Amino acid sequence: MRTDISKINEQTPHQGLTEGMMIFAGGTSKQFETGEWRTRTPILNKDLCRQCMVCSMVCPDSCIPLKDGERVTFDYKHCKGCGICAKACPFDAIDMKEGR
Amino acid sequence: MSNGFEIRWHGRGGQGAKTAALLLADVAFKTGKYVQGFPEYGPERMGAPITAYNRISDQPIRVHSNIYTPSLVAVVDETLLHSVDVTDGLKKEGAIIVNTAKDPEEIRPMLNGYEGKIYTIDARKISVEALGRYFPNSPMLAAVVAVGKIMERKAFLSEMRNSYQHKFAKKPEVIDGNMMALELTYDALKDVI
Amino acid sequence: MARKDRMSGNEAVAYAIRQINPDVMPAFPITPSTEIPQMVSTYIANGDIDTEFIPVESEHSAMSAAIGSEAAGARTLTATSSAGLAYMWEELLLAASNRMPIALALVNRTLSGPININCDHSDGMGARDTGWIQIYAENNQEAYDNFIQAYPIAEHAGVHLPIMICQDGFITSHAVENIELLEDEDVKGFVGEYEPEEFLLNPGNPIAVGPYSVTNYVMEAKKNQALALEGSKEVILKVAEEFEKVSGRKYGLFEEYRTEDADYIMLIMGSAAGTAKQAVDDLREKGKKVGVVKLRVFRPFPADELADALKNAKAVAIMDRTESYNGNGGPLGSEVTAGLYRNKIMLETVNYIYGLGGRDFTVQEVYDIFAQLEDFIENGNKPEQYQYIGLRK
Repeated sequence: MRTDISKINEQTPHQGLTEGMMIFAGGTSKQFETGEWRTRTPILNKDLCRQCMVCSMVCPDSCIPLKDGERVTFDYKHCKGCGICAKACPFDAIDMKEGR
Repeated sequence: MSNGFEIRWHGRGGQGAKTAALLLADVAFKTGKYVQGFPEYGPERMGAPITAYNRISDQPIRVHSNIYTPSLVAVVDETLLHSVDVTDGLKKEGAIIVNTAKDPEEIRPMLNGYEGKIYTIDARKISVEALGRYFPNSPMLAAVVAVGKIMERKAFLSEMRNSYQHKFAKKPEVIDGNMMALELTYDALKDVI
Repeated sequence: MARKDRMSGNEAVAYAIRQINPDVMPAFPITPSTEIPQMVSTYIANGDIDTEFIPVESEHSAMSAAIGSEAAGARTLTATSSAGLAYMWEELLLAASNRMPIALALVNRTLSGPININCDHSDGMGARDTGWIQIYAENNQEAYDNFIQAYPIAEHAGVHLPIMICQDGFITSHAVENIELLEDEDVKGFVGEYEPEEFLLNPGNPIAVGPYSVTNYVMEAKKNQALALEGSKEVILKVAEEFEKVSGRKYGLFEEYRTEDADYIMLIMGSAAGTAKQAVDDLREKGKKVGVVKLRVFRPFPADELADALKNAKAVAIMDRTESYNGNGGPLGSEVTAGLYRNKIMLETVNYIYGLGGRDFTVQEVYDIFAQLEDFIENGNKPEQYQYIGLRK
């Protein structure tokens, strides 16, 4: 029953789908690069950033990773450009730039 | 049409007519018969008229309808005679048992011209004497078994002792009283059956 | 070896549950199925089984919890009736599409309104298109036997679908009748341990259950589910064959009773089938060529098999214990006639609606129905094609 789901796509005939559409792997959303959907891109102004981490908490797609206690960059592979981080930032340290 | 021996119980919610029907199915089963014991259900209403049924047969029973032409009717509450047509469909060669202090001939005028056999049993007096409280279902059960000749007295009493020992495992003090109620019922009926 | 006993239909199902000892039972009480979780709770409290009982706050939650626990890898069941099943509606479909082999003891009771607690099949029929297997019982014995066969059918590798084991509320659920019980070890041996291949609580082998499917996948997913349901027919028959070896009792998709040379056949489901068989015996004594087909497996629907079983009759009474409000007949009336038509079997049928809200169905009414069919064929008196039995007019 365990199927290599990376071989399943929208052309797969019904016989090739998994039972109950189950996915036999974990963390598969990583493989789905939703950053491709982005029409506006968040840019961090490091001079204004006070490392309060609010942006990281509000990001609905976990695209602002923390490293050694600091928010570093954006995960542009998955960031959809929703702009919530820019709205939430109390110090106006994130700008939304048109395009990717 | 053979659905076996058919019994209809009339009682009021809370008096134990349903329990009596299920106990009767139990004891008849132990004699090797095929049995059915089932109540006619509606919303649970203490005091409302209720009906319960038994079929007892040597053959497997398949019919799942109510009983319309019983061979035996048991009336657990005398006051039902005013409101329920208890002898409806009762076979002429059958019998009715009424829980009352009255004599059968005093009851007959209340039975819409029923011409068959009438037995009366004062379940209140027996129950109070045996148990100190009014539980009509043990005397009524004994009366049905005796009048319906469902099993021999000795075998019935021994089965009932087993059944009560199981049922009243946590209140053994009521076992002897219930057994006495059964005995007193047999004694009261011995000259008429 | 088998043990002779007497018990009600609810007791019989609870007894089967004790013998199976499933892992999890989320349930919410509703008349007339309440006794089942009540009796199972007693078995648990007495230490007879180690089933985890989840007292949930609604049937919606009961089925949600059942899906969760089944997905986690636990053999799961619940019990309900009427509005309780209706309140599970959304989850019933999910249980089936997620391919969860949950067992549900359905004690059939009418769906309101008018509000009523007694038997008809409107609850089960309301859930007829949810993707569940549905098996109906004539009496306590069949309710017990069907429940023991439930998991071997549902958990079969080619099936993986939830299963409803149905019996008539009060008429069998609360009636004490004779029964033959299997020994505990025979039931345990027959049902076996639950060993799912894929489940959530399986470290190192992560899965996701019930993911969103975009439009380009949904028809393919549904086709697969439909194929599994169709394929379950064969599994149901295979499990019945195995069950006969341990019990001596034979089951099929339906039972044919004295139909071999019958001109008139009554097709019926549930407890009323027994009443119909009694009437058939009486009429046979008078020389009438009549018989009964008792449908056991309603889902998957054995349309072709039924058409074949009915093909030599002159007329068939199709009995529905539910009102479908479609202006055209009951579920059995519609599906049986569709099956006959597809097989180009053009015999006369009359669709009767009976026993709604616990209305009694009697031997006399069966006589009357057969008489009406005979009058139709012999004298050309065409009856109303879709009519109520026992209706005061």
